[in-house]
Amino acid sequence: MTLRAALAILRKDLAIELRTRQSVPAMVLFSVTVFVLFHFGLDRDELDGPLASGVLWVTLLLATVLAVNRLFASEREDGALEGILLAPIDRTSVYLAKAAALFLYLVVFELVALPAFAILLLGPNLLDAFPALLAILLLADVGLAALGALVAGLAAETRARDLIVPLLLLPLLVPLLISAAKASQPLLALQPRAHELGKWLGFLALYDLVFVLLAVAVFDFLLED
Amino acid sequence: MSEAAIALAGLERNYGERAALSDVTLELAPGQTLGVFGPNGAGKTTLLRVLAGLLRPHGGEVRVLGEDLPRAAWKVRGRVGYLGHQSLLYTDLTVRENLLFHARLHRVAHARVDEAIAAVGLERRARDVLSELSRGMVQRAAVARATLHDPALLLLDEPRANLDPAAAEALEPLIGRASGRTRVLVSHDVERGLAETDVALGLRGGRQAFAGRADVAQVRELYAR
Repeated sequence: MTLRAALAILRKDLAIELRTRQSVPAMVLFSVTVFVLFHFGLDRDELDGPLASGVLWVTLLLATVLAVNRLFASEREDGALEGILLAPIDRTSVYLAKAAALFLYLVVFELVALPAFAILLLGPNLLDAFPALLAILLLADVGLAALGALVAGLAAETRARDLIVPLLLLPLLVPLLISAAKASQPLLALQPRAHELGKWLGFLALYDLVFVLLAVAVFDFLLED
Repeated sequence: MSEAAIALAGLERNYGERAALSDVTLELAPGQTLGVFGPNGAGKTTLLRVLAGLLRPHGGEVRVLGEDLPRAAWKVRGRVGYLGHQSLLYTDLTVRENLLFHARLHRVAHARVDEAIAAVGLERRARDVLSELSRGMVQRAAVARATLHDPALLLLDEPRANLDPAAAEALEPLIGRASGRTRVLVSHDVERGLAETDVALGLRGGRQAFAGRADVAQVRELYAR
């Protein structure tokens, strides 16, 4: 029943995003703009190693904030969230749907943002790093979606949500940023080095697990009056 | 004797320090209509939202359709149709998409969606997004949403607002006395509201002025003072 309701909400969210094109295009435009700013700000045509990894992940995280801010936007119009709350469903299904929607937005966004990063800033060939980078991205996306949907739910009914989302989300994303950036550094280096990819993937998986469990446990209460 | 559809005993509800409802006590039998009267800020909408399970009572006892609120609110959801000041619909979805979404949440057969659209006379606009409809048409779509799952209890906050006389007449079988449902009706049309009412509740500043039978003069006094 929870899954069925979650699928209904996810389907509705995707229909609205396809029609309004508000979240994913904004994330793409934002990230491309930031890459261009770094390109000129650092006065470098090519980045590699820790700097490339840091620029990439900080940009992805900041772009995620835009999507998190918009995650409950359609629910705020004409009281649509109350329409969901009046239905005989487990409210965890709202969280699952929002997290799944955010995950899908991130995947689609990265399909454009990563090539843009490779063209505008990256020195080494992205294709060489891609298989391992894909694993890092997918695990990081699960964490971003898990925490992002939780924070979006927390801020959904507050007036200062535009402030609350980044102030709450970004500090909590620091462990994810460290793990993802550390895992990506050797992959984006000009000279490939031995590295502890497994360790950092393990950290990311643990982070994902903690925030999925935490969110499932508390989300019901967030939507309570 | 059948159990009361609504039984309130000393209901209290606050917003911060301010009491929005204070010591409200009444009973309503199944199939009856409770008319709620009072000036702006009297607590009428708050009462409806408590009965819908959207707000938690802060004191007293609230029993709706045989279930105690807020403890068993999840059992009441899905048996209540709520028609408030907002449509609780998505402005970027069509009428049909909105109702299909609610049908999925309430596990109602999809065929029922077309019946509901026909019942509110929106067949020709069913594939238009809500933002393109007039306020009256949105209200008709909201009526379809509130009655889609055949609720036992209707909570109606000025349900005829924005409706032309013909539309209001056409919706009577769904939300009027003819629906045969237990209803809680908030109305500023004193004569018409009283004519539809079995039990009248007068509220002023969140306090119960009267509960039971009432005449026009008694209700008008609420607004005059």
